[in-house]
Amino acid sequence: MNFFVLSLLKAAIVISVLMVSLLYLQWVERKVIAHIQLRMGPYRVGPHGLLQPFADVLKLLTKEGFIPSHVNLFFYLLAPFLAVSLALISIVVVPFGPEVELFGVRTTMQLTDLNIGILFVLAISSLSVYAVTFAGWASNNKYSLLGGLRSAAQMISYELPLALSLGAPLLVAGSLSLREIVLAQQGTILGILPNWMIFQLPAPQLVGFLVFLIAAFAETNRIPFDLPEAENELVAGFHTEYSSLKFASFFMAEYANMITMTAITTTVFLGGWLPPFPETLGSNWAPAVIFALLGALAVYYSRQAPRPKDRRTLPWVGLALFAVAAIFLIPAAHPLLVPPFWFLAKAGFLMFVFIWVRGTLPRFRYDQLMQFAWKFMFPVALVNLFATALLVALFPR
Amino acid sequence: MDAVLFLVFAAIAVACGISVVVQRHPITSAISLIGVMGALAVLYLLLGAEFLAAVQVVVYAGAIMVLFIFVIMLLNAGVEPPGGRSWPVRLLGLPMLVILVGLLSFVIRRVFAGGEEVRFGAFTKGGPREIGRLLFTDYLLPFEVTSVLILVAILGAVVLARKEID
Amino acid sequence: MDSVPLSWYLILSAVLFALGVAGFLFRRNLITIFMSIELMLNAVNLSFIAFAYKLNQVDGQIFAFFVMVVAAAEAAVGLAIILTVFKSRPSLAVDEVNTLKY
Repeated sequence: MNFFVLSLLKAAIVISVLMVSLLYLQWVERKVIAHIQLRMGPYRVGPHGLLQPFADVLKLLTKEGFIPSHVNLFFYLLAPFLAVSLALISIVVVPFGPEVELFGVRTTMQLTDLNIGILFVLAISSLSVYAVTFAGWASNNKYSLLGGLRSAAQMISYELPLALSLGAPLLVAGSLSLREIVLAQQGTILGILPNWMIFQLPAPQLVGFLVFLIAAFAETNRIPFDLPEAENELVAGFHTEYSSLKFASFFMAEYANMITMTAITTTVFLGGWLPPFPETLGSNWAPAVIFALLGALAVYYSRQAPRPKDRRTLPWVGLALFAVAAIFLIPAAHPLLVPPFWFLAKAGFLMFVFIWVRGTLPRFRYDQLMQFAWKFMFPVALVNLFATALLVALFPR
Repeated sequence: MDAVLFLVFAAIAVACGISVVVQRHPITSAISLIGVMGALAVLYLLLGAEFLAAVQVVVYAGAIMVLFIFVIMLLNAGVEPPGGRSWPVRLLGLPMLVILVGLLSFVIRRVFAGGEEVRFGAFTKGGPREIGRLLFTDYLLPFEVTSVLILVAILGAVVLARKEID
Repeated sequence: MDSVPLSWYLILSAVLFALGVAGFLFRRNLITIFMSIELMLNAVNLSFIAFAYKLNQVDGQIFAFFVMVVAAAEAAVGLAIILTVFKSRPSLAVDEVNTLKY
């Protein structure tokens, strides 16, 4: 098939999945936080608030796009545009699965495999500072400016541990291409532990993984590092003056950044699309079992659900889950469905961690944030890099 | 395809370059400079320098220009007042510049008249592997010296920008 | 349409360098002057990489890499100097930084 048609097709699939998960990530976050705080979360719009994201989008779309008179118009409008486009672009280098053959066409489950993949991700993430900085500056508002400056300082500071902790797995894998990094994590240790970067001998990257995850929180401006938009001191920081679609862009960019970061973490540290236990132990059948168990749980719960509505709808949900399990049982569909399943499962778990942390930790104070970056994260990442380099040099593969 | 890409990004680079020079507000100049750097990164890719293209974006656009913009915002640098140069400069500056560029282009056209053609994909040594190998073998001493240079620069910057604590 | 003469890249580099020179000479704002220097460095990098292509050697790219490293060091020190200058006189105009003339 034509290269362009194939690329467009893949791009269409990836962007539609990405957009839907963007929409529903917000719903999941509100639900999880609500349950952490013993609340219900969105419940009114649709069953269990499932249509809430659409209601939110509709509200933001129909709101008046107010532009304050004192802003620098060009930069004011450029900032949300930059934020969203830079947040969405990194997904092109993320591999979702191995090479597959479908209808006689061989292709990789990845939009493009760059031999500088990791550097591409770092480049894009280093550019995303501009969106926040310009937003803060162009708003011509002291709180926004403070938020913008804070975020510039914060993102530059945390980019160092981010890049350094990413450097160590590159030494182990010996490549900058994300696909080759995943392929370097194949196999098992002693037949049980997966050969992922966080376990891989000679230099397990557990410390690097933690440093990367913490720096990723800071890069995405999430709690506990959401200083740029601290509501109670900066009146929402850099996006105080933004409303309607422009605000929605920043909101979307935050979640898109989260998805990108979890995808990169999964790829580099958690073995990407590789299963947690080898195929010989039946990892290809695990997704079907998981979905079947979920379906059984839904059916079981439907018999004693407190809401009468749930008693009627949950069996259907269970049936749908059984249908998905049945699809995963077809051996011919395994190479196509199982690797993305593992990838999404790992990325989904990391996203849950993001939300979990948001529901648990309070915000840092600004000087604590900077001290943490420079006096703790940076030295730890550096020592990790040196130790990894030494181990890789002493025990070459 | 190559020619189209070259012309588009060269046009962006030149337009942004002109904008760097003529804009009155430093922050507009700064973002124009980022535009130049982005366009140049694409041209590096066309020349087969993949690693350099990535480094260009990471180091120049992602670090150096952020520093510039940070300082511009910190100092709240406003619009530059017009004028100030003496009249021969203002009168002769632009023609001299055009003559300089014309002369340079003429010389380049003459020297490279034989027509070395740049084809995308013909140069494949620009990957991280090749650059790294050369950097740590033939150019090891300069590489280490630059690391010392950077250390000195960090020290200098810290000493210069330090707040006086009495 | 599949290829571009090498001289086009060099001419582009010359044009960008000339623009940098123009900015350096005509502008009065310290930061803009500094940015013009960066523009010149970028133009030089482009010709380094174009020559690396012509000679089919990576060495030119290594030079460009070193130029970038030096530019980073230079930006750090230069901006620190600008901050210090701004502390002593609240203006960024180069014409007012003239104490060493006398």
